[in-house]
Amino acid sequence: MIDVRNISKTFEGAEEVKALVDVTTSIEAGEVVVVIGPSGSGKSTFLRCLNKLETADEGGHIYIDGVDVLSPKTDINKVRAEVGMVFQQFNLFPHKTVIQNVTLAQRVVRKREKEAAREKAMQLLHKVGIHDKANAYPDNLSGGQQQRVAIARALAMDPKVMLFDEPTSALDPEMIGEVLEAMKTLAKEGMTMVVVTHEMGFAREVADRVIFMDHGAIVEEGTPEHFFVNPTHDRTKLFLSQIL
Amino acid sequence: MILQKRSAYYAFWQAAFFGIIALGIGVLWWASNEVEYVWRWYRVPQYFVAQMEIEVNAEIEGTVTAVEPKGEKVFITVGDQVDSETYSAPVGSERVYEGDFIFPGDPLAVYEVTRPGILLQGLWITLKVSFMAIIFGVILGLFTGLARISDNPCLRYLAITYIEFIRGSPLLVQIYLWYFVFGTIINNLLAKQGIPPISSLWYGVASLAIFAGAYVAEIVRAGIQSIHRGQTEASRSLGMNYVQCMAHVVLPQAMRRILPPLAGQFISLIKDSSLLGIIAIRELTKATREVVTTSLQPYELWFVCAILYLVLTFSLSMFVQYLERRTQIS
Repeated sequence: MIDVRNISKTFEGAEEVKALVDVTTSIEAGEVVVVIGPSGSGKSTFLRCLNKLETADEGGHIYIDGVDVLSPKTDINKVRAEVGMVFQQFNLFPHKTVIQNVTLAQRVVRKREKEAAREKAMQLLHKVGIHDKANAYPDNLSGGQQQRVAIARALAMDPKVMLFDEPTSALDPEMIGEVLEAMKTLAKEGMTMVVVTHEMGFAREVADRVIFMDHGAIVEEGTPEHFFVNPTHDRTKLFLSQIL
Repeated sequence: MILQKRSAYYAFWQAAFFGIIALGIGVLWWASNEVEYVWRWYRVPQYFVAQMEIEVNAEIEGTVTAVEPKGEKVFITVGDQVDSETYSAPVGSERVYEGDFIFPGDPLAVYEVTRPGILLQGLWITLKVSFMAIIFGVILGLFTGLARISDNPCLRYLAITYIEFIRGSPLLVQIYLWYFVFGTIINNLLAKQGIPPISSLWYGVASLAIFAGAYVAEIVRAGIQSIHRGQTEASRSLGMNYVQCMAHVVLPQAMRRILPPLAGQFISLIKDSSLLGIIAIRELTKATREVVTTSLQPYELWFVCAILYLVLTFSLSMFVQYLERRTQIS
């Protein structure tokens, strides 16, 4: 489903920062991959490169469902429509109601009829349990509720892949559960997911594979059993001993 | 007790405010009397609503053969066997009878009409010019603002050059440039093609719109940049293209922040339109100047002129406040 080959990302500026160094991996359809690592390890940059919110340096390749993401001939908007993304800061549209947040892209990108978009939106809001807030504005929702709306908004496009960029990091502790619950449901339904998170419980329970990154490179990857029980690299052991 | 004390304090300073205003008017009144100025406010209304006497004059020689009232009009026919002409005027205004002998130039009827006075005409021109300049200025400013933050260097440099040029030179000079340089060139080119020249009003609108556009562009840019990056990222990640993202997500949010400074810009534009008198556009200020030279009542007329501008600008800021309330999220 996703094939990443030799991706690097350098941020130009007063000081050159190498955020990603020669990353290669692939993600199968229906797989749930959790990316963990210390802050500044490049895991968010990796995720943002997948849908070209950041443009990776020349030389590498990213294929999503066979489409060459980095090729100038590719219509990136078509790729993005197939790749849902959920952000740390939710990024709901504050001037639109919950239901409008979920229908907007369906209408303007997928060109769906008003009724069809509405129906789809209500169905997804039911799924994430916010249907009773459909006409509220995002500012009147709790963080957990907002993040669930953001998940519904991404799902409304019928994406083939969902990317989660630290979806619970900006939430109060008591709201983390409801968002993780929605993500677990999604994983069980067979959605292909790439999740950047610090929630080790989620990684252990839901992930098919865990990728550990540090200094912009993949240090170790494997099943959660392998990863949490027998990590091979010292860097991984150190990281796990610090957070568990 | 404290409340009472405070309200007494408040009332005192309220009274002080009105006192100062009254004092100011009083001093002006006293000073104008000292220099022996005679205030004649009754002369002002005629410049708002003018009564004009219209004479209907015969153009040929002959006898009045018919005076026929028909509805609200009366038709007067003058002539002989060879040729005759018919003139019309409001009923009751005729000054001739059937059988009268008329020479060319003789009045057949005299009546009064009510016309908007010079000041009202000037106000209308100011309103018209400002309105058009605001519309064009906003469109221009919106696109320039977007170009200013574009990734395309050509668009960005064009926007920067335009903004810096316009903001760096006086409006008065720009008006001269538009009228005497570009206006002359354009009208000469048109004349070569046999097309009638463009009136100075349009050069005035162009100079104001292009001047305002540069400032609007900076306001638009600041408004868009004040919207969190995450909004763009979220909409782009859903597959929206740049235009869709701007139209549905960024601009509607930026609009609320743009409105107050935009209102200020519009108000300056209305006031700046007073400079257009120099290229023979008879807007409110030029109209006032003309009236002052004929009436010799400058004190009253310049006050009236200032108040008319105040009426325009105040109504505009009220309208923008209304828009601001309407775009507020409930």
